[in-house]
Amino acid sequence: MGNDYESSRPIYLQLVDKMSFRMIRGDLKPGDKLPSVRDMAVDSGVNPNTIQRVYAELERMDIAEVKRGQGTFVTQDEEKLLQLREELKQRQIQSFMKEMNDMGFTLDEIINGIKLEFDNEKGRD
Amino acid sequence: MSTIVEFKHVSKRYRMTKALDDITFTIPKGKVVGLIGSNGSGKSTILKLMSGLVRPTKGKVVINGIVPDRLINRQVAYLSEADVLYDFYKVKEMVDFFSGIYADFDSEKAEEMLEFMKLDHNKPIKHLSKGQRGRLKLVLALSRQVPLILLDEPLSGLDPMVRESIIKGLISFIDLEKQTVIMTTHEVEEVEPLLDQVIAVMDGKLLAFEDVDTIRRKENKSIVDWLKSYT
Repeated sequence: MGNDYESSRPIYLQLVDKMSFRMIRGDLKPGDKLPSVRDMAVDSGVNPNTIQRVYAELERMDIAEVKRGQGTFVTQDEEKLLQLREELKQRQIQSFMKEMNDMGFTLDEIINGIKLEFDNEKGRD
Repeated sequence: MSTIVEFKHVSKRYRMTKALDDITFTIPKGKVVGLIGSNGSGKSTILKLMSGLVRPTKGKVVINGIVPDRLINRQVAYLSEADVLYDFYKVKEMVDFFSGIYADFDSEKAEEMLEFMKLDHNKPIKHLSKGQRGRLKLVLALSRQVPLILLDEPLSGLDPMVRESIIKGLISFIDLEKQTVIMTTHEVEEVEPLLDQVIAVMDGKLLAFEDVDTIRRKENKSIVDWLKSYT
């Protein structure tokens, strides 16, 4: 159980990522109810305090809302989710581009490399 | 009041052996805290001081606002590493025995936990496997409605499946709005996702007391790697 998490980042942030990925991928839809803190804790093998923090962070990011006495829900505001989707894409691309630039790859090499990898992955499926 | 445990310059000697040397720390309510260190580092002595089983030679221990004495067991549930089960009882009789001695014992919760842990009411304790004994001990400790729960090596000597069921049981049944859990363990990696804070002791001294998230964020390390930097 302990090995499901990277050792170098707070677990709650890893869970925030996991939940936001599920939201932007559409596994969790706008307005869906998130599991209770206890259920989520048992599923993820972490302390309920950690899940509290995850839900608080999702709320701070405006992609989840707590309804008193009912639980935590994915936001109804699809605009927010699209915005998050775009942000996460940019974040990933920027860090990738920075490393590729640092290694001296040209844009053409990068694009060709991505296409090749994409085709390979398709072949594997 | 938001503090559950306070150690102020606590030292403990057993005859000529120094078990703890000038330890000071404060544990807030509602956390899960791991107490880690090698054998003989003083972990168990710290738990025993919290449970009122031993008294400090110097300094002061305060539990939920009071200095522990024999009555502290009304506030503290202590799962010791030693076996506390009576072989002549059946599982259910052992639970009833506990509910007889502790007024705060929640029989309904015990019932739920027995089911969760797949423990058979009518099985004689002398026929329980080591893993079943470990699970029953956890049921007995967590069924008490007390503000402080102390677990001494709840996972040691148990196989991975049993350890996982104990960890799941712990997550499912602790009530962190009302309770604080402090556990000693060697299986640091396995329990790390459960911990809010870590207290590391070595040779009777406090090595470090830190939030797990802080260790990960500031040092980019898991607890195990973080500990290595001290040794």
